[in-house]
Amino acid sequence: MNNWALIIYCGLITYLTRFSMIALIKKEMFNDRVRQVLSYVPTAIFPAIIFPAIFLDNSGSILIEDNPKIMAALIATLIGVFTRSILATIFSGLASYWFLIFVV
Amino acid sequence: MKSNLKVFLKGILDVSPLMIPVVPFGLIFGVLAIDVGFSPLETMGMSLIVFGGASQIVLLQLFSGGASSLVIISSVGAVNSRHLLYGAVVSEHLSDLKLIWKILISYFLVDQAFARSNEYFKKNNDDNKYFHLVGGGATCWVIWQTTTFLGIILGSFIPEKLGLSFAVPLTFLALLVNDFRKFINVIVIIISGLVATFGYNYIPFKAYAIVAGLTGLLTAMILTKMIKTNE
Repeated sequence: MNNWALIIYCGLITYLTRFSMIALIKKEMFNDRVRQVLSYVPTAIFPAIIFPAIFLDNSGSILIEDNPKIMAALIATLIGVFTRSILATIFSGLASYWFLIFVV
Repeated sequence: MKSNLKVFLKGILDVSPLMIPVVPFGLIFGVLAIDVGFSPLETMGMSLIVFGGASQIVLLQLFSGGASSLVIISSVGAVNSRHLLYGAVVSEHLSDLKLIWKILISYFLVDQAFARSNEYFKKNNDDNKYFHLVGGGATCWVIWQTTTFLGIILGSFIPEKLGLSFAVPLTFLALLVNDFRKFINVIVIIISGLVATFGYNYIPFKAYAIVAGLTGLLTAMILTKMIKTNE
């Protein structure tokens, strides 16, 4: 398969995952219980992006010792809990990460 | 009711802080794509056609590792299956729209826009509230295309050791700031995170994200049944 075909297929499958539910689900299928469970979608999905990016190294093995990302993420979480600010969370995380790799 | 333009602008405003980490992410993507052997035109085409950071990085990783097209396409599908859930969540708010709007809005259903518009949809019930998702999505689109382009051009000028890829998990962490004070949410976060981390190498086709997400959702389903809190 040439590169363009690969890109187009990947684009198609990406688009279909976005479109299918919006196209298929009808309003009548919702009730309070469904709504309640679906309200946990961000809470359930985002950690699956966060955790591996923090705890795994480039080769995919778990890295706990000598991993400044863990401490930086903890600091960002704490700042996030207290400020509830998206910007403060991102910047405190990046700042503490750079402090840990460049200064300490 | 607010005007369409106002809702559109509110979408732009709400998603803007989340765009800061997207800048280095897009640059890195542009650099990487050229690195693993895509032409500048193909790289730009990828951002335009796929328009999804996680899928595009997975595509590059597997491509450079010599994976077959079938493995690459199914892995991209698995990584993207989280959008099925996003779609399910927002479908309630978009169900009255004309098909043409649904087709257009689906292209813009990226993580950051979904997260912010989902919050907006819960608090607002005007007929034109979907303009919020169009505004947020269009913002993500402009930033993603621009930074991909800059990444292609600037290439090797960007220092790799800045650890800018750490900005990506931070974005998603920032989206959970309202979750950390709620018991059920914290449990769901930990379970999903552990399943993803330990399943990363063992769950085929990079499906770890959706497996972890569904496990987390199941946990939420059980816990909300057990603990009848009225949040």
